[in-house]
Amino acid sequence: MHNSDEFRIPIGPQHPALKEPESFSIALKGEKILGVDIRLGYNHRGIEKACEERTYIQDMYLLERICGICSHSHSTCFVQAVEELASVQVPKRALYIRTLIAEFERIHSHFLWLGVAGHEIGFDTLLMYTWRDREIIMDILATLTGNRVNYGINTIGGVRRDITDDHKRQILEAMEKLEERINYYIQIATQETTIIKRLSGVGMLTYEEALKLDAVGPTARASGVARDVRKDDPYAAYGEIVFNVITDSHCDVYGRTVVRLKELLESLSIIRQLVNNIPEGPISVRVPRKIPAGEALSRYEAPRGEDVHYVRSNGTEKPDRVKVRAPTLANIQAVKQMLKDRQLADMPIVVAAIDPCFSCTDRMVAMKSEKGASVIKWQELRNYSIEWYKKHGVDFTELNKKLA
Amino acid sequence: MSQEENILSELTGRFNFLEGKINILRQRRVSLEVGYDKFPEVFDYLVNKMGFNFLHTITGLDEGERIFLIYHLSPDGRIVLNLKTSVLKANPIVKSVMPIFLNAEIYEREIADLLGVKMEGLPIGHRYPLTDDWPVNEFPLRKDWKPHNTEEGVS
Repeated sequence: MHNSDEFRIPIGPQHPALKEPESFSIALKGEKILGVDIRLGYNHRGIEKACEERTYIQDMYLLERICGICSHSHSTCFVQAVEELASVQVPKRALYIRTLIAEFERIHSHFLWLGVAGHEIGFDTLLMYTWRDREIIMDILATLTGNRVNYGINTIGGVRRDITDDHKRQILEAMEKLEERINYYIQIATQETTIIKRLSGVGMLTYEEALKLDAVGPTARASGVARDVRKDDPYAAYGEIVFNVITDSHCDVYGRTVVRLKELLESLSIIRQLVNNIPEGPISVRVPRKIPAGEALSRYEAPRGEDVHYVRSNGTEKPDRVKVRAPTLANIQAVKQMLKDRQLADMPIVVAAIDPCFSCTDRMVAMKSEKGASVIKWQELRNYSIEWYKKHGVDFTELNKKLA
Repeated sequence: MSQEENILSELTGRFNFLEGKINILRQRRVSLEVGYDKFPEVFDYLVNKMGFNFLHTITGLDEGERIFLIYHLSPDGRIVLNLKTSVLKANPIVKSVMPIFLNAEIYEREIADLLGVKMEGLPIGHRYPLTDDWPVNEFPLRKDWKPHNTEEGVS
């Protein structure tokens, strides 16, 4: 395969341009990518094996920590399988709360993605805006569950926290604000020439290729494949909710952007329906610690696509086997296809466009002060940043008034 | 007749030996077990004649004497069929399904790494997910494998 024209560039696993450890070896001819070799596994932590030595309830918390962004996806996917094995009827109110958290997670994940995509194409203003708006959702998640990530809302047989009328009001208010912001981003994405030109025709994956390579999530839907577990294999409260599966026929990174943006609007609609129709009643039922022997395959539409958990029980309080297939793994072949014969400069945005999640979480909670570590509130952090910039001659006061 | 029952009757109609081997676990979940000698023809029939063209993933299980492989297949993203087959743990060799499902590559490498199943026909490439210096013949997902098996005590 090696010839004098071909040049190979290794990127990763530790590389300034990558945020997570994965390794690409890119064969180039000039600027054109001939082929990509991807080495994964740097984040392998032996979680499946660890699950076999822990109880179901411990596993639920462990699996929630597979990923810092779609943590609720993994924990829900797992408890669904366990509840199926235990033949438990989960109360409706609990299913509604699970679905609510699931859609909040989708919104914050898609916002996060939009910011990263903006950054990868040199449009950092978009990153700043979307990540600021994402805080609206993060605050709601913190209010409802006590946590910004790894919400710990699930338990086997239901959820751990109820929502109040006050919460409902807060959620609906926040949705108003978000709707305005999302419409603004849709306007940017469909009218801003920089975005349209930079993303169109980049990272092509045709309808046939998406089907053949078993692509999942927004990656598949942006190639016209109307596949969404929420619709195809309804779980939690999705069977009772009206929503559309968003698809697009652009088959490129631009299409993937449009799909995610439109999905945000669908999520808002789903959240409003859930809040307005949530039934009264208990939020959990007791489930015996020992789960009857059997096997269950649970599916879940995570923000990045289909998440699959296979659980095999043996009648004890620990599972015999837990198998997880996260959506990114299903999209790896699709990435190879998208990069082939394309320009090297497109690589960052093409890889980012499947919203890869090799496992990540990042959050600032404490700043060192003379008194030692202390938790700093968002508003204080914001004020600190405003003051810092003022001292350095940049004043955001006028701009803030406009944005408020 | 439901779609699940249709699948059941079409398969038992075509393959006599599947009588009583197919279970409808619940709505949209069908499970089927077949010996490895019959696996290729059943797999081929499912994919090429019945339109099971989506491979969700492959699960590997250590069941003592045998290693089980479950191919989670779907015709439309709605119904999932768990096609189960097994090989002897003493000599676990199966044919790669990569010629049909390109995406199977990473799933098969995972099973090869963690359960020590040899995948015939899998092209030379990086291992996944274990490290390049992982000791040979140490398969962490096998039931008899304990973390202290390795020198460094990986846990």
